[in-house]
This record gives sequence, C-alpha cells and structure tokens, in this order.
Amino acid sequence: MKKFLSAPFIVFLLAGTLIPMAVIAYYGLTDRTGAFTIENIMAIGTGDHAKALGLSLLLSFAATVICLILAFPLGLILKDSKLGKKGFMVFIFILPMWMNFVLRTMAWQVLLEKNGPLGFLGIINTPTAVVLGMVYDYLPFMVLPIYNTLIKIDNSLIEAAYDLGASKSTVLRKVIIPLTVPGIVSGVTMVFVPSLTTFAISNMLGGGKVNLIGNIIEQEFTTASNWNLGSGLSLIMMIFIVISMAFIEKYDKSGEGAMI
Amino acid sequence: MAKEKTLIEMIDISKSYDGEIVLDEFNLNIKENEFITLLGPSGCGKTTTLRILGGFTMPDTGRVLFQGEDITHMPANKRPLNTVFQKYALFPHMNIADNIAFGLKISGKSQEYINDKIKYALKLVNLSGYENRAVTSLSGGQQQRIAIARAIVNEPRVLLLDEPLGALDLKLRQEMQYELRRLKDELGITFLYVTHDQEEALTMSDKVVVMNQGYIQQMGTPEQIYNEPENAFVADFIGDSNIIDAIMVEDYVVKINGYKFPCVDAGFGKNKPVDVVIRPEDIIIGKPGKGVIDGVVTSNVFIGVHYEMCIEAGGIEWLCQNTRSFAVGSEVSINVDPENIQIMNKPQSEDEEAISLEDVLGEEKDQ
Repeated sequence: MKKFLSAPFIVFLLAGTLIPMAVIAYYGLTDRTGAFTIENIMAIGTGDHAKALGLSLLLSFAATVICLILAFPLGLILKDSKLGKKGFMVFIFILPMWMNFVLRTMAWQVLLEKNGPLGFLGIINTPTAVVLGMVYDYLPFMVLPIYNTLIKIDNSLIEAAYDLGASKSTVLRKVIIPLTVPGIVSGVTMVFVPSLTTFAISNMLGGGKVNLIGNIIEQEFTTASNWNLGSGLSLIMMIFIVISMAFIEKYDKSGEGAMI
Repeated sequence: MAKEKTLIEMIDISKSYDGEIVLDEFNLNIKENEFITLLGPSGCGKTTTLRILGGFTMPDTGRVLFQGEDITHMPANKRPLNTVFQKYALFPHMNIADNIAFGLKISGKSQEYINDKIKYALKLVNLSGYENRAVTSLSGGQQQRIAIARAIVNEPRVLLLDEPLGALDLKLRQEMQYELRRLKDELGITFLYVTHDQEEALTMSDKVVVMNQGYIQQMGTPEQIYNEPENAFVADFIGDSNIIDAIMVEDYVVKINGYKFPCVDAGFGKNKPVDVVIRPEDIIIGKPGKGVIDGVVTSNVFIGVHYEMCIEAGGIEWLCQNTRSFAVGSEVSINVDPENIQIMNKPQSEDEEAISLEDVLGEEKDQ
C-alpha cells in the first residue's frame, strides 16, 4: 500500500529530476557528434564565461550580505515583539513571496526605468539594479530561517548571559549569533544559490548589459542552440549547489531551512 | 541569625502585568548569609519577586536596596548577584568548562584563575572531570549542578534560585536539597530560593516566606510556619491540616461544634469566631469515651510511614494520621493536646485574607 501511494512521487522524481539531470550530464559530457569530451566543462575557464561567473559570484555575494544585514536585525526585533504583532510583521515580509517573482522583478524594472518614478537614480541596466532585484526577490528566504532559529532561542539563555555580566554586544556575539548559525547558513544558501543562477533578474534589470553565468547558459540553450555547452556550464553550477547543500547539511541539523 | 546585617531591602514594590496585580506594595528584607525561601502557589508573585531582584523585570513602583544602595534600575549584568534558572539555561553551544567560564571571561580574569575556578566549582558540585563534556550529554540533575557551578564561580553575594529542582525526579530532588544546603554552608553566601514545594522550603531554609496573591502571608522559620500558621492559607498550604470553624469562648478555651477543648492561646476576647488548625498527626485516637469527642472511622489508607484515616466525630470529618491502624467502622474517640491547637483570627473574606486591618479602616475613612 505504501509503495503504491509513493508511486506518483517516484514518477515525478524520475521525470522531473533524475532523467533531466542524466540528460544534462550526457549533453554536458559530449560534443555535437555525441563523442565524449570535457571541453564543455572546461569552457568555464574561457574569457567571457569566467567573467560572467566572476560577476555572478560577486553580485550574489553582495545580495547575500545585504539580505543578511537586513534580515538579522529584523529577526531580533521580531523575536522581542508581541505575538500578534510578530505574526503580522512576518506576514508583511512573506507577502511578496506569494507573488510571481517575474512580476515582482518587472515592477522594479518599471520603477527604475529612465522615465519611471525612481529613474533619477540612474541604476537601471547596471549591476546595482540587479543586486537590488536579487535582494528584493530573495530577502524572505533569508528572513524566515533566521527568524525561525531566533524565536527558538530560550529567553532564559539570554537572561543567563546578562546575569553572568555580559553586555548587550557580548550577548549578541557569544550567545545569540552562535545559536543562530543554522538559520544563517540556511538563509545564506537559499539567497546565494538562486542569485548565482538567475538569469531573469539580470535580463530585466540589467537590460542585456549585465551578463551573468545564468544568462550565458540561457543563451547557449536558446539563441546559440549549443545544448552541449549549455549543459556543460550547468554542470559547473551544479557543483556550487551541491557544495551549498553540504553546508546546510552540516550546520542546519534541526532543519530550519527546510521550513520553506 | 537576627544579628546579621540586612543585605537586600525591597521597599513597597508593586508590579502588574496587563492590569493584573502580581505584587502589591511588597516589602522584604533579606539578611546576609541567610537561606530564605519564597514559597507559594503559582501566580503568587514569588518568581516576579526573584526576577525583580535579578534585574530581569522592572517594578512599577518601589525600590530595591542592596546594602543601602538603590539598585532598582541597575541592569542585570551589573548586579552583584547571580541566578540559577528553572530550566538550567546552560549554553548549548559551549562545553561545560566554557559555560562555567562565561562570567569569569567577561570580568577579564586570567586563564589560570579561570581554570582553577572551574576545577574548584566542579568539585564543589561533585562533577570533577566533566570539563569537556557537552551540555546535552548530561542528565537534568547534572545540568542543574553545572548551572549552580556557573553562577557561584562569580562569587555573587546572593544566589537566586528559581525552582531549580522543579524538573528533577523525587529521589534526585531530595538529594539536591541536601547538596544545596551544604553548598550554602560551604560558600557562606545568601541564597534566595523560590519554590512551590513546601517540603523543599521546610527542609532547606533558615527563613520561609509564604506568599499568595502578591502578599506575604507569613514569614518565619520552618518550625514557626509549620507549627504556628498565622492564617488558614498558610495552614492549608503547608502540610495537611484540619482547618475548623470554632469559637474562642474565653482565654485558653475553644469550642469546636459545641465541644470544648483546652488550648494555650489567649487574648482573642470572649465568644469570638476563629479558625482552628490541627495537624492530622496531632490528633490522639483512643477508645470511645476516653477523649473529648466520640466518633467512627470512615476511611483508612496506608501511606507509608503511617495510616491516614478520616474520623467522623461531632459533626466534623477529622483527617488523622497515626502509626496504629483503626479499622473502618470502628468506634473511637479523639483528643488533642492543648499546645497542638493553633488558633487563628478569621480572615475578612477569602480574597482579603492578606489585607491588614489598617487597609480596611483606611478604605472606610475614604468613603
């Protein structure tokens, strides 16, 4: 009976994950004639690709840091606020997450346009706009796991630290932050990985002038029709994802990140 | 004990949460080197009192003095006292040694000093060699002892203990009671202990403060609290007791349901309604006609050291404890020695139990 019930899941797993991954691995490790090659993977080292990967890493790093700086204090405020208010604040932050993220990004595009309400900033089609888009789109993924770990910290631990003579900053450094590490790791991963692989945000807010590794891969599959190179580069991205998963696994034993 | 100096004074402390009064003009003096216990049911204000002393809760009004110095608004991390929390509150991301060293590192002690202190403290709580263990690898009782060690290495003048044994099982709790008393005597500091367990309070304390609804009901040595409860609440809360309506006929004579008992109390006036407290173990059970009232045993349960029996006599059900068993249905008599009859003034009403006469008169004047 149990086997029967899990059949849809197994079909989904096969059709949606395992088979596509195998196809990507096949394309990535062969050339157009079907002969084995590692050229598609080594292609990451060539000028444009390496530059795009570098820029992707830089921008997603920036977006992750900004999200962390915004989310942690917010989590602290939420932890101390009253229950009803707490739920409302979390709701406000999660609200945008329920809207299609292309729509959200498009809204920023309209806002930041030359003639848009925020056009005077002059950041449309620059890396800054892309980072802004990443922060806006992925902030909830940072807020939720950090908030979840923060509210689980027993207040008596914090009181005990004060009781033993700790100042506010010591309590933060020695007690609160160490205990929030699982949430931070989850949040960082969940912002960093999608930022690293995005192409929609850079398309819409970068106006084709900000080329991230995601854009390169997209172009290989569409305009360039070079599925082999696209797959090869995708495999490289897969490595980053696997490393991130390993990180979560190591630090987030209680599964805070899995809450979303 | 009475000669020792007052260490902490709580003066007219009031505190309410969401309009509900938890402490109302609460006054308490804590002497140096005293084991003082706040005892009461949950919601009586005992934990709030401790939190105000620890600096975790600010009173609405009133002052807290430490050796005469006002510390009412001093933050918790500056106060010369340490707390042992109900749920231990050990830092789960640190090992035992780091937990104990937490306060010492903050005060900038040398590594050598810290190491010595850790060793000393672990020895004191009988957990030598546990330095590098993880917090989660310890049992509840061990964690509680580490929490105590972590607090006392800072050499506080006062140790605040918030129901520290509440989560432990009975056997361990009894062991820890002796441990705590020994620690107190060894360290020579003041312990302020909060509990709802009357046995704990009586076993360990120099002074017990019985609290209810934000007021002190009675304060005294364990013997005073047990043997001479001042009102029905204290009598009922501390141990089992028979609390009976009675009339003080004259000095040294009290009438319970028409039966006169000699007693040792005087000064209540003539024919004054009073409450009488008689401990179950103080009721003398004898052959019919040999006591003051004859009656019948209606129930009998063996509870370990003695038998607990109900005796219907003179229209009252008496709770009695005796090492001799009297079968259900057997006819007996009861008697009580005069010194075991405790007479108390009747409270104005259940809720006003703790309001002093002054308050009542004051209110009447206002109207």
